[in-house]
Amino acid sequence: MKIVVCIKQVPDTKGGVKFNPDGTLDRGAMLTIMNPDDKAGLEAALRLKDQYGAEVTVVTMGLPKAEEVLREAMAMGADKGILVTDRVLGGADTWATSTTIAGAIRNLEYDLIITGRQAIDGDTAQVGPQISEHLDIPVISYAQNIKIEGDSVIVERQYEDRYHVVKAKMPCLITALSELNEPRYMTPGGIFDAYKQEITVWGRADLKDVDDANLGLKGSPTKIAKASDKVRKGAGEKVTLDPDESVSYIVDKLKVKHVI
Amino acid sequence: MDFTLSKEHEMARALFKEFAEKEVKPLAQEVDETEVFPRETVEKMAKLGFLGIPVPKEYGGQGCDPLTYAMCVEELSKVCGTTGVIVSAHTSLCCDPIMTYGTEEQKQKYLIPLAKGEKLGAFGLTEPGAGTDAQGQQTKAVLDGDEWVLNGSKCFITNGKEADVYVIFAITGMVEKRGRMSKEITAFIVEKGTPGFTFGTKEKKMGIRGSSTYELIFTDCRIPKDNMLGQQGKGFGIAMHTLDGGRIGIASQALGLAEGALETTIQYVKERKQFGRTIGAFQNTQFQLADMATKVQAAQMLVYKAAMAKATQKVYSVEAAMAKLYAAEVAMEVTTKAVQLHGGYGYIREYDVERMMRDAKITEIYEGTSEVQRMVISGALLK
Amino acid sequence: MNLEEYKGVYVFAQQVDNEISSIAFELLGKAKDLAKDLSTDVTAVLIGSGIKGLADQLAEYGADKVIVVDDPELKDYRTEPYAHALASVINQYKPEIMLVGATAIGRDLGPRVSARVATGLTADCTVLEIGDFPLQAVPGQEQLHNQLLMTRPAFGGNTIATIACPYNRPQMATVRAGVMQKIDPIKGAKAVVEEYNPGFTPDNKYVEILDIVKAVTETVDIMDAKILVSGGRGVGSPENFKILEELAEVLGGTVSCSRAVVDSGWKPKDLQVGQTGKTVRPNVYFAIGISGAIQHVAGMEESDIIVAINKDADAPIFDVADYGVVGDLNKIVPKLTAALKAEIAAAK
Repeated sequence: MKIVVCIKQVPDTKGGVKFNPDGTLDRGAMLTIMNPDDKAGLEAALRLKDQYGAEVTVVTMGLPKAEEVLREAMAMGADKGILVTDRVLGGADTWATSTTIAGAIRNLEYDLIITGRQAIDGDTAQVGPQISEHLDIPVISYAQNIKIEGDSVIVERQYEDRYHVVKAKMPCLITALSELNEPRYMTPGGIFDAYKQEITVWGRADLKDVDDANLGLKGSPTKIAKASDKVRKGAGEKVTLDPDESVSYIVDKLKVKHVI
Repeated sequence: MDFTLSKEHEMARALFKEFAEKEVKPLAQEVDETEVFPRETVEKMAKLGFLGIPVPKEYGGQGCDPLTYAMCVEELSKVCGTTGVIVSAHTSLCCDPIMTYGTEEQKQKYLIPLAKGEKLGAFGLTEPGAGTDAQGQQTKAVLDGDEWVLNGSKCFITNGKEADVYVIFAITGMVEKRGRMSKEITAFIVEKGTPGFTFGTKEKKMGIRGSSTYELIFTDCRIPKDNMLGQQGKGFGIAMHTLDGGRIGIASQALGLAEGALETTIQYVKERKQFGRTIGAFQNTQFQLADMATKVQAAQMLVYKAAMAKATQKVYSVEAAMAKLYAAEVAMEVTTKAVQLHGGYGYIREYDVERMMRDAKITEIYEGTSEVQRMVISGALLK
Repeated sequence: MNLEEYKGVYVFAQQVDNEISSIAFELLGKAKDLAKDLSTDVTAVLIGSGIKGLADQLAEYGADKVIVVDDPELKDYRTEPYAHALASVINQYKPEIMLVGATAIGRDLGPRVSARVATGLTADCTVLEIGDFPLQAVPGQEQLHNQLLMTRPAFGGNTIATIACPYNRPQMATVRAGVMQKIDPIKGAKAVVEEYNPGFTPDNKYVEILDIVKAVTETVDIMDAKILVSGGRGVGSPENFKILEELAEVLGGTVSCSRAVVDSGWKPKDLQVGQTGKTVRPNVYFAIGISGAIQHVAGMEESDIIVAINKDADAPIFDVADYGVVGDLNKIVPKLTAALKAEIAAAK
């Protein structure tokens, strides 16, 4: 079985957020991690590899620095890493990103594609389903508990108040939730081995069956009109009183506001 | 001269740090308070290869360099000194001598399960009457047919009751050296469960309280002849060389404790307010932190240099001694200052710096006191 | 793509088990505002099996027109037949704006459909308005009017971005539940109902549903609550939530909680407010023993009145609270409950 896992290097939101003058993210200026949902997807793939035997290829699109998450994935146990990087691909929205990644995956053999549900920088949850559409294969979003049965995959597809046990013929695409599993750690030796391996680097020319008009900032249907640090509601009053006074204070305020 | 770490080392550090934060830190207070050996953590570390970092892959290890190993002990010790010393004693004091002096059979039998973490290692040199004066050994080994018979005891042994494989030193005779009779010391590998090998009392310690420090007692303990490690009579050299490596581990532990205390304190002074402003806004705090950080940085340089020396040089006694001497003293100084900057809270067990200060003290004592390190360094200077 | 051809504001009227989801009504409420600005009308797209009878409800909540795609293949949600249905409606009717709820269904359907009809999709919007793109005129670039401007948080609520989709149609957005206001239903309102069936031919992409397992929920949806009494780690223990429950009961409210509480296993996930939980906007939000991490604040700052009780005077929750009380919740909350009980009894 051949599994392709799409991973993304994302800014660690704990480290603060920085922008370019054009409103796009200044990714170079922030600390980075492997996106948590993607890591869960990778772990799911590695468990399938442990259980059924599989070749796991990780694909990422990003700046050359994104090579780091491929090495990390390989240090966890992925077999191959592919970095899709090119100036013309920069500034892509989810549509252009999914077009690009689909163009890269068309070069690969695969039975299963796993992506994270969403990335913590954008929180859009769009790229996985969009890749599946570009590749014309089934998608099962929000997956938990993945099993293989013959040429099919059976997963629990989560909804707010229920889950469906869904069976899909491979090849298909699954988007993984970080609640899916507890990703394994790398091993020290695995890290050094990962850096000894070759990483495949693909640019625009290596993408299969994609139109220039659908790539990068230019090929993105959505445009950022404005981006900024969130303006928060201002602080109101703050009082330090003894418990009884505190209670009267709250009761008075609720009365003034006609809550009671 | 390049002071930047390779990407591999950076990533390895990130791994150790994440593991320490997630798996070790939450237990640190409890391990200290209850003095219970953190067996589950050791099992987790075993699974990830942390117990065989510098051991070659063909012997079940990770095949990494001593620097990677030092960084592991450093990151673990940042959050828990006990966990740091467990790895250090296992790796430096048990895996390392078997790797260096063991026969192929001994490596197959002992090193592989040790490096995989299926077994835990310990080292027994110190005796009640032989601490800094390692020549004062009393434990004896006598060859009887195909077996060595051990009698005597070892004290203050880290991983004492929790280990499975022990490297033990004993007197196997007297030899004439430069016209004087001196003790002939030989190293042995002893397995837990060998008849005649029992444990004495558990030590109640000031710090590193979860590390299972025990007395080992040998009473007509018979071990196979093949369990002699290295040549007969070469034990003292083996012990000294092993301790050179061990000192890098302890230096890393000391470094980690200092760094952990510094980081904790930086956080604390940003939050704690006195006289209407954070205590970090006071110049005394700022200058103290500057001194602490500078010393920690210097200690890290010495520790990493010693680790690199172990990778590239046959003899690295001076590098190891300097690293341990300095890192241990910095650990004691920085943790003490950290407690001071925490004020009353620093004296309370709920705050990590209290434990760190107690943990730090031992780094100036075990695997060669600071005085011994000064002897090693000055000995080399005046040779 | 001739953008002029695309007209009208469309809403995907999500239904589950032939019951319209609350999000559909919320979207209709917003769609009405947008349609007014654009002088156009509101169309609901109702997809399912045996669902025609639901059209009137959509009319009551503001739909001028309802397009019904009714087919046995659409019984339970599956990506492919639903995507085929919605994409076919878009290709046939050419809406200017297509709104979808940011639910577990909408966040799967939306991207798949947007990729199929080759347009942009903005996820998890919290504000939708009609305006110009670029916002300010830029020399050498045509300023387009009557654009859908979609505002959404990103980076775990650290930032907000306003996004337009100026050169593709429809302008698609998924919208967070609980953010938009539904209108008061207009009893007896009727919409033009039109049936449309693009034809469904099962293939590999029609996945098979082997089983449906419903989770048992006994609690009120916190997104519908007018008064929320929310507890954080500071409450101390699952047992101690009792004092919050008593307060909630007196006010006819519901108990919710912060992520720390869910992570500690004290309360189930569906009571969690915040970035990774639910976005709530009750009339009154009591934040009790909640420090107010940015992720939590993102989910409750739109509340009309925020009352915070915390013993840490520096807790960030006080930066968003209208009324902040520094003190011990264990002393204050029971007394508050008693005082409110007396007040309410006296008013009767």
